[in-house]
Amino acid sequence: MNFPVLSVITFTPLVAALVMLVIPAHRKNEARAVALASATFALILSLWVYFNYDQTAAGYQFIERYNWLPALGISLHFGVDGISAPLVLLTGVVMFTGVLISWGDDRPHVMAGIQDRPREFFAFLFILATGVLGVFVSLDLFMLIFFYDIAVFPMYLLIVIWGWKVTREYAAMKLTLYLLIGSIVSLAGILVMVFAQYQNTGLLSFDMLKMENAGFSQSFQNIWFLPVFLGFAVLGGIWPLHNWSPDGHVAAPTAVSMFHAGVLMKLGAFAALRVGIMLLPDGAKYWQWLIMAFAAIAVVYGAYIAFVQMDFKYMVGFSSVSHMGLVMLGFSTLNRDGLLGSGLQMFSHGAMTALFFAVVGMIYDRAHTRQIPELGGIGKVMPFATVGFIIGGLVSMGMPMFSGFVAEFPIFMGVWQAQWLVAVVCSISIVITAAYIMRNIRQVFFGNLPKKLEGQITDITILDKVAIATLCLFMVVIGLHPKFMAPMVQTGVDYVLRLLGGS
Amino acid sequence: MFTATTFVSILPEILILVLGMLVLIIEPFWKAEKRRNVGWLTAGGLLAAVAISFLVGQPGEPTSALGGMIRFDWLGFFLKMLFMFAGAATALLMMDHERLGARGEAYLLLLASLIGMNLMAVSADLIMLFLSIETASIPLYVLAGFSLGDDRSTEAGFKYLIFGILTTTLMLYGFSLVFGFSGTTDMYRLAEMFQVGEISPLAAFGILALILVGIGFKVAFVPFHFWSPDVYEGAPTPVSGFLSTASKAAGYAVLLRLFFIAFPDPELSKFWTITLAILSAVTMTLGNLLALPQRNIKRLLAYSSISHTGYTLIGVVALTQLGAASVVLYLAAYVLTNLLAFGIAMAFSKVTGLEDIHDYAGLSRRSPWLGWMMLTAFLSLTGMPPFGGFIAKVVVFAAGIQAGYVWLVIIGVINSVIGAYYYLNALKFVYLYRMPNEDEENHPIPLTRPYAIALVALTVGVILIGTIFAPWFNWSGMGALNLF
Repeated sequence: MNFPVLSVITFTPLVAALVMLVIPAHRKNEARAVALASATFALILSLWVYFNYDQTAAGYQFIERYNWLPALGISLHFGVDGISAPLVLLTGVVMFTGVLISWGDDRPHVMAGIQDRPREFFAFLFILATGVLGVFVSLDLFMLIFFYDIAVFPMYLLIVIWGWKVTREYAAMKLTLYLLIGSIVSLAGILVMVFAQYQNTGLLSFDMLKMENAGFSQSFQNIWFLPVFLGFAVLGGIWPLHNWSPDGHVAAPTAVSMFHAGVLMKLGAFAALRVGIMLLPDGAKYWQWLIMAFAAIAVVYGAYIAFVQMDFKYMVGFSSVSHMGLVMLGFSTLNRDGLLGSGLQMFSHGAMTALFFAVVGMIYDRAHTRQIPELGGIGKVMPFATVGFIIGGLVSMGMPMFSGFVAEFPIFMGVWQAQWLVAVVCSISIVITAAYIMRNIRQVFFGNLPKKLEGQITDITILDKVAIATLCLFMVVIGLHPKFMAPMVQTGVDYVLRLLGGS
Repeated sequence: MFTATTFVSILPEILILVLGMLVLIIEPFWKAEKRRNVGWLTAGGLLAAVAISFLVGQPGEPTSALGGMIRFDWLGFFLKMLFMFAGAATALLMMDHERLGARGEAYLLLLASLIGMNLMAVSADLIMLFLSIETASIPLYVLAGFSLGDDRSTEAGFKYLIFGILTTTLMLYGFSLVFGFSGTTDMYRLAEMFQVGEISPLAAFGILALILVGIGFKVAFVPFHFWSPDVYEGAPTPVSGFLSTASKAAGYAVLLRLFFIAFPDPELSKFWTITLAILSAVTMTLGNLLALPQRNIKRLLAYSSISHTGYTLIGVVALTQLGAASVVLYLAAYVLTNLLAFGIAMAFSKVTGLEDIHDYAGLSRRSPWLGWMMLTAFLSLTGMPPFGGFIAKVVVFAAGIQAGYVWLVIIGVINSVIGAYYYLNALKFVYLYRMPNEDEENHPIPLTRPYAIALVALTVGVILIGTIFAPWFNWSGMGALNLF
């Protein structure tokens, strides 16, 4: 198979963004059509990659390699393994649903989606998507950082231009600076690793697969693991560096929140795993307790803060911190179950939180409020969205039959093996999560519509329904049939375990 | 002895000289209203000179030419091409400037300065170096004060002249001391003498300090930076752009050659690299902190360009081959990016007459293309991919880390984030805020043809450096190799 499928997926959004630039600004529907067409194309290709990944062969597949800057050992080296293939699929799904939801309902009493300059909106969103996909498929550290930064900067513009008027400037700047600090710190760490490899082996290369054999000394790994891991983990929303994330989520427009919580935070976790844990495994073991402590705090604290939020979107934002904490917690176990759970949780949380933000966005567009006490009875006018939110809620609570259970159960098993006390403490979060999810479902979707909102709220559009259905489909399929994803993630986890010196 | 090699080694300068004469001869034949066409001639001529030099004038093994006065190598060649490209872009940007546009002598001064810069990049002898620095500087003093009747411009020209002369004189004093102690002005001969210890370290110390003052002024590192915001603000904008890019890059060419070749003594260089490292840290921090409160776009760019001097110095501090290559690459990316930024400021104030950052509100709606270009320029200055600033910054940091200056790189990292704050802040005005009465459609910003060509070429250049880095890096690497 010589078709360079990964680079086609990666650069499809970029090409679409460039195409959009030549569409005249007032041709809004044409910009939207281009966006939908390219998102669909990327989704189909990512599905193709997902189903053609050979689980028996494991390892990195669909490898592509072009020399880029041979003098410094930089190449355009793409490939996916069992951990990144689901994330590529996730990006495809979120991109597709994000475009559907941003389509824009021009009816004056609805005004949902993106009416103001959709052309620029989609262009920036798709540049972001190229960055995200690039990180997931890069096997070269330089390219990884390159795409990582491409994924960060459009965020600023997307939030600042189309975001929630009240906090957008503050939130966008805060978010960008946090992520930039993280990425530059990681970059410095990567450069140090490259030169250390050069000293050890005489090989000047940014290639990750080669760096796995660089033979970094224990003390080197101890020093550099933390900056590299935490630098990326900022984007994964790890406590105490999570502060930007709820503000960013809330200020962002709906599709961007979906992208952000759904995909971008995975980017941070994924890069922390790839570069931090896989290339500096001894450092990971050395700092395991610290990462575990941070992650445990994120899990419980995030859940509690989400519990006390009165703003619907802030609640979802903090629940993201909590659930991403679970991903980090799984990483910190450094064992088979924990890592498997994290891999699944990344997909599950991505789909779930995208769904949450989509529904929150739909409600806000119509009700113009996100204060939970001011809402009610939404189920009567938006039944489809209600069902979608409830399914998402069940995933979030970790109910069996849904993807959340499939992901969280192994994580807790892994944590139990590593440090049972942490597992006990963190399990509190499950209770808190159930409490806030159920409370919100009752308050927002059931009961009577407040007088103020009567006649204001219309049902969601058909495109919105398609988006919700797509996201739910994946969560249910994984929940009912874990073999859809778990064995694939397992192949990736086995590879990580080999690097860690385990089984 | 005027051999073929000699001819080839100064071919670009000869071509510029011919072009200058052409400008002189042809300009009077154009009627006053058509006289701005001199800009087309200058820019086209410079690009042709670049093309010709590339075809027939590529250096092979490094050789000395003109009796040891100049060195014919890749470092000089690559920088020369960069200066000439910058000169062409500047000529285009000058065409629609109300004071410079139709004045043939402005283009001639630009060309004269370019000859000086080109020679700065290849000087292998201190006397030659001094002559070329003066050749490059004197036309710029005039250009900075070209807008007669505009007090700010007059002040800029005067300030630049006074400080320029003061620091150059100090440098000249340093050069004369070098000659006094060693009896030679040949940089490669000096290197040998340093290596065998014929010059006492103490004398060398004093000499280097004096020389550093002169170069510090050219490249504007702290504490010799103070002139640049006032001069950049007051000078005609195309001149500011040229000053902050090509002129600065020429200063770096000198710095590279002097420190890498003429003074390579390990004992000495240990002290000097530490000094330069501290200068670099102070320069980028101070430049950035002072840029934060700026409201005038030219002053903002001036202070930010001070901080970029600091980043570039990291490469010099590294004193390795990668370090030298990183400096050259950084200069290439930076020259294009900053010219683009000044070009945008110019195109904008040409139509609106405004220079404040706040006035850029609604720019992305008034002229989407200008908005995209500004996005390119400012993100490149921030160091974001896929723009030239990113790869440049990565390579400079890599050089710093390779040489063991991790602390300096960390300061650079912190500064990058401070920089991101004000660059993004500027973009906020472009993309988020709107004009007071929100009727951007009725206030478009048309670009004249020279602007459009120059800005598009620069934008494409910035993106090319940022995405396809291999050729640029290889050229700068070849240049660096010639230093060792």
